[in-house]
Amino acid sequence: MRHGKYPFVIGFLFAPVALYVTFVIWPYAQAFQISMTNWRGLSAPQWVGFDNYRRLFDDGAFWKAVQHHGVLLLALPLITIAIALFFAFLLNVGGKSSGGQRQGVWGAKFYRVVFFFPQVLAVAIIAVLFQMVYRPNESGLINGVLMKFGLEPILFLVRPNLALWSILAVLVWQAVGFYVVLFSAGMASIPGEIYEAAEMDGATRVTLFFRVTLPLLWDTLQVAWVYLGIAAFDAFAIVAVLSVDGGGPDGATTVLAMEIYRNAFVYSKYGYASAMGVALFFLTLTFAALTLRLTKRESVEY
Amino acid sequence: MNPQSTLPPTPAALPPKTGDPSAPAGPGRKDPRSEVRLFAGLGHIALAVWAVIVIVPILWTFLAAFKNTSEIFSSPWTLPAELRWENFGRAWTKAHVGRYFINSVIVVSCSTFLTMLLGSMAAYVLARYKFWGNRAVYYLFVSGLAFPVFLALVPLFFVVKNLGLLDTHTGVVLVYTAYSLPFTVFFLAAFFKTLPSSVAEAGMIDGCSHSRLFFQVMMPMAKPGLISVAIFNIIGQWAQYQLPLVLLSNAKDKWVLTQGIADISVNAGYEADWSGLFAALTIAILPMIIVYAVFQRQIQAGLTSGAVK
Repeated sequence: MRHGKYPFVIGFLFAPVALYVTFVIWPYAQAFQISMTNWRGLSAPQWVGFDNYRRLFDDGAFWKAVQHHGVLLLALPLITIAIALFFAFLLNVGGKSSGGQRQGVWGAKFYRVVFFFPQVLAVAIIAVLFQMVYRPNESGLINGVLMKFGLEPILFLVRPNLALWSILAVLVWQAVGFYVVLFSAGMASIPGEIYEAAEMDGATRVTLFFRVTLPLLWDTLQVAWVYLGIAAFDAFAIVAVLSVDGGGPDGATTVLAMEIYRNAFVYSKYGYASAMGVALFFLTLTFAALTLRLTKRESVEY
Repeated sequence: MNPQSTLPPTPAALPPKTGDPSAPAGPGRKDPRSEVRLFAGLGHIALAVWAVIVIVPILWTFLAAFKNTSEIFSSPWTLPAELRWENFGRAWTKAHVGRYFINSVIVVSCSTFLTMLLGSMAAYVLARYKFWGNRAVYYLFVSGLAFPVFLALVPLFFVVKNLGLLDTHTGVVLVYTAYSLPFTVFFLAAFFKTLPSSVAEAGMIDGCSHSRLFFQVMMPMAKPGLISVAIFNIIGQWAQYQLPLVLLSNAKDKWVLTQGIADISVNAGYEADWSGLFAALTIAILPMIIVYAVFQRQIQAGLTSGAVK
């Protein structure tokens, strides 16, 4: 194995590492540096220390965006995981048991295929689709139906206190299928004897779910929570396309990614946008670390 | 309402506790079979409702793609009066959806190919060769998994610009590839580690060179892993929106599908070619449905495999 090992190793690693360092590592490193300058793209950047960060503290749009991440961070994982767990349970152990083998309800296969489908569509395309669905007049899917029944149309994306929830609903719509499949894979690896034993002891479906399925699925749930949390930090495509006026109305749906994009590529405030990027980086990191820490439990061996 | 009536049977109504869980069910307990039926029944309704919620918006889009504007407003949820294929023609040529579609196909096929080639090369070397700095390079790649793309967006824009690759497909392909490497290397390194070393040794004894061993022995053996990651990358890169938005902003003829459709939807508000927009959406969605329907098993496995392990 010795002969010609190093030329081979270097030859194979050179192109991937060069590409990766140029387009990923180098920009990330630069972002921290640019965040300390007042660079606006034309003249040479000037070092301003933590000025950009100080300005962040007084920036209403920034805090609004952070607040929206807070809402998404709680609601998106909670709602998605609750729905997905319920469906996954139905699809895997909800039906009759025959010959000791737990089965899903009738049509489980069909549902798993259909639910997963939104996952293969691009988020930007989904955002355009729901722009149509939410349209405020009779040409919208939902309001078209409502108005046929003589009801007032709902201004999903225009009413400030409804807009964020309308966007959240789309995120849930897209995500549920993926987590149904993910939890199904987790549930499939739980041995049937455990269910059988619990059932012989007179456990109901509800007890089965809370006392058997949930604890044995803890690791998968943790993964799901982290994934959905990260998705809640990165809702750019959907907010950029779906919301009124890019994060509107009046900043009611804005997210950090949107603010970074706007500051950098509309106002050319590169230094300030990079400071927001760094803030987003630390928020994401804190979230991931906290989640992993808080949900750490003895995993059950089986 | 009297809260008492909604509570489960009070202790007095239950049979005295015997400490034996297998004792016959008391009067307060339902027959487990009817409980199963009730649960399954409610479950079926919930599942069917969600299936409708998933399917209806998409089906509604397909139907609207055949309508004209007045029909879209007057009868938004009926079948179109006639099949107006010209909507698709207008979307394909006048709204340039055809060009966006072809651009997406070109970019994604090039960048997925490059990602798989470079990613598997790096992963193979990192997984199966001992050399100085191996771990450092591995962690350099894996650390990319933790960073939000938005942090790097501004400097990335200037890196691409300084290389003269702004508003080119080459630039987008290289950037897509670079940002796909962390997951690809992470996943494939684990996969290459599991392959038996006896085959590699036999190849070496037969005088196989390192690179021939990789392309003719290891790559074919790693096929299941490669397919999973390729699916993951194709779907991820096809869905990219923010990177092309920043990197292709001034070259409209180079735009990818997500970017193009999003732009049409913004402009549709002024031009009011609603049916054209629905047709454009249908063109963007339908191929994905067909591909998904054919490969759904592999796609589901490919997209979730990274998360379960």
